[in-house]
Amino acid sequence: MTTRRMLLQSALAGITLGGGLTCQLARAGLPQGALDAAVLERLPGKQPLIKRSYRPPNFETPLAYFDGPITPNDRFFVRWHLMGITEVDARSWRLRIGGDAATKPYELTLEQLKSEFEPVEVVAVCQCSGNRRGLSDPHVAGVQWGYGAMGNARWKGARLKDILARAGLSKDTIEIAIDGADRPALDVTPDFVKSIPAWKALDENTIIAYEMNGEALPHLNGYPARLVVPGWTATYWMKQVVSIQALTKPLANFWMATAYRIPKGKFALVDRFTSQENDTTTPITEIVVNSVITSHADGARVRRGAPIVLEGLAWDAGAGIRRVEVSRDGGRVWEAAELGADLGRFSFRPWQYTTTPSATGVLALMARATNGQGTTQVSELIFNNPGYHNNVIQSVGLTVV
Amino acid sequence: MRTLLSLAILMLVLPLAVADESKLQLAKDPDTTVVLAGCSSCHSVDYIQMNAPFLKRPQWEAEVKKMTKVFGAPVSDEDALKIVDYLVRHYSAE
Repeated sequence: MTTRRMLLQSALAGITLGGGLTCQLARAGLPQGALDAAVLERLPGKQPLIKRSYRPPNFETPLAYFDGPITPNDRFFVRWHLMGITEVDARSWRLRIGGDAATKPYELTLEQLKSEFEPVEVVAVCQCSGNRRGLSDPHVAGVQWGYGAMGNARWKGARLKDILARAGLSKDTIEIAIDGADRPALDVTPDFVKSIPAWKALDENTIIAYEMNGEALPHLNGYPARLVVPGWTATYWMKQVVSIQALTKPLANFWMATAYRIPKGKFALVDRFTSQENDTTTPITEIVVNSVITSHADGARVRRGAPIVLEGLAWDAGAGIRRVEVSRDGGRVWEAAELGADLGRFSFRPWQYTTTPSATGVLALMARATNGQGTTQVSELIFNNPGYHNNVIQSVGLTVV
Repeated sequence: MRTLLSLAILMLVLPLAVADESKLQLAKDPDTTVVLAGCSSCHSVDYIQMNAPFLKRPQWEAEVKKMTKVFGAPVSDEDALKIVDYLVRHYSAE
């Protein structure tokens, strides 16, 4: 039986032995250039992660690291848009709350953020909008992510709605814009600032988090505080938050008007962001239902007649996972997997499925998740130019010997 | 100056990442220096490598245009053309 530890070790062996990692990634369908450029490297405070780009740092988590529903901080993926990433000094850090819809602008120290608002916790998946972009067929430009631009953590912080309440929001508040401490190298480059609709900002699950899995956030994941928007893709989860602006008009910048948008009508989404919609596109909002096999990599060797325990994770935008099924015959017959610990509706849900291969050769195993609304993963990619929302059913080919 | 300052800050913050970036090697030809000068003030050149070789000339043109017109890369029209030609020569299946 192949164990997780063995998988992890074989993944890590790529650091010193070279071939292993390339071999593992080669079957994932990434562009050749992305395969050639990928290396496992260690950023400060992190386990070795798969490097997509050094500057700004974009590093994803190897699938073998996802051995439980919570992703440890030192395994959590790293994604930045701009190269000017400063280490924030907690003593001088200030969170400024204002904007044209705030009647009482004010600012908070980190201590005030922690002590003056009721602390709340939520377990939620943080997943890059472009996770799996590298698997798009045809390939599309951008960071060529495989499966690992995602993680699940227990976030602790203050409700954004409590922070906003103190600023005295006017009735015509339409969006809340968030800026982090990161800056572009050139003044002319659009700073990374994002907004969310007022209704989402006032959702009780939307928080400004200052703890991640019981510790301060790692620098590379947004220390000292980041926005957590459970159910929505990570483009809105602003890191190193320094400014919260309540707006009476939609935020108009490159990152809202041009980037992170999906074609209208292609995806069955529930959450709308009406103030940012145009005739043809709309901002990406919630995560699509998805699952991944984490216990066995493509090409893993297993023994005929010996039970194998297939394990993985499933998640969605907050309807919750109703079931995960596994197919051994290319998707004709689906059998129920056993669901594991339920850490909340925004969390990864672990699952497992035991089967005993009866013949040697290749055994293709597929997994698909269905959420509480009955929505399931797609068999064929819903192609879109930015490469978002890839929830194609994953297939792993095991070699039975 | 702002660029230099940001670079200096980055080198303090991410010594490991910056150190590793130096290992990256672009295909060598007479325009490699133009590409490095135009692109690497804002990002490491693995952005080029990982987007190869599937991008064709129109897509590489679109990327260079995005970098100059939207992100404000300080690249002349003449150099932008050289960069596109270089990318098509070395980082495209065309």
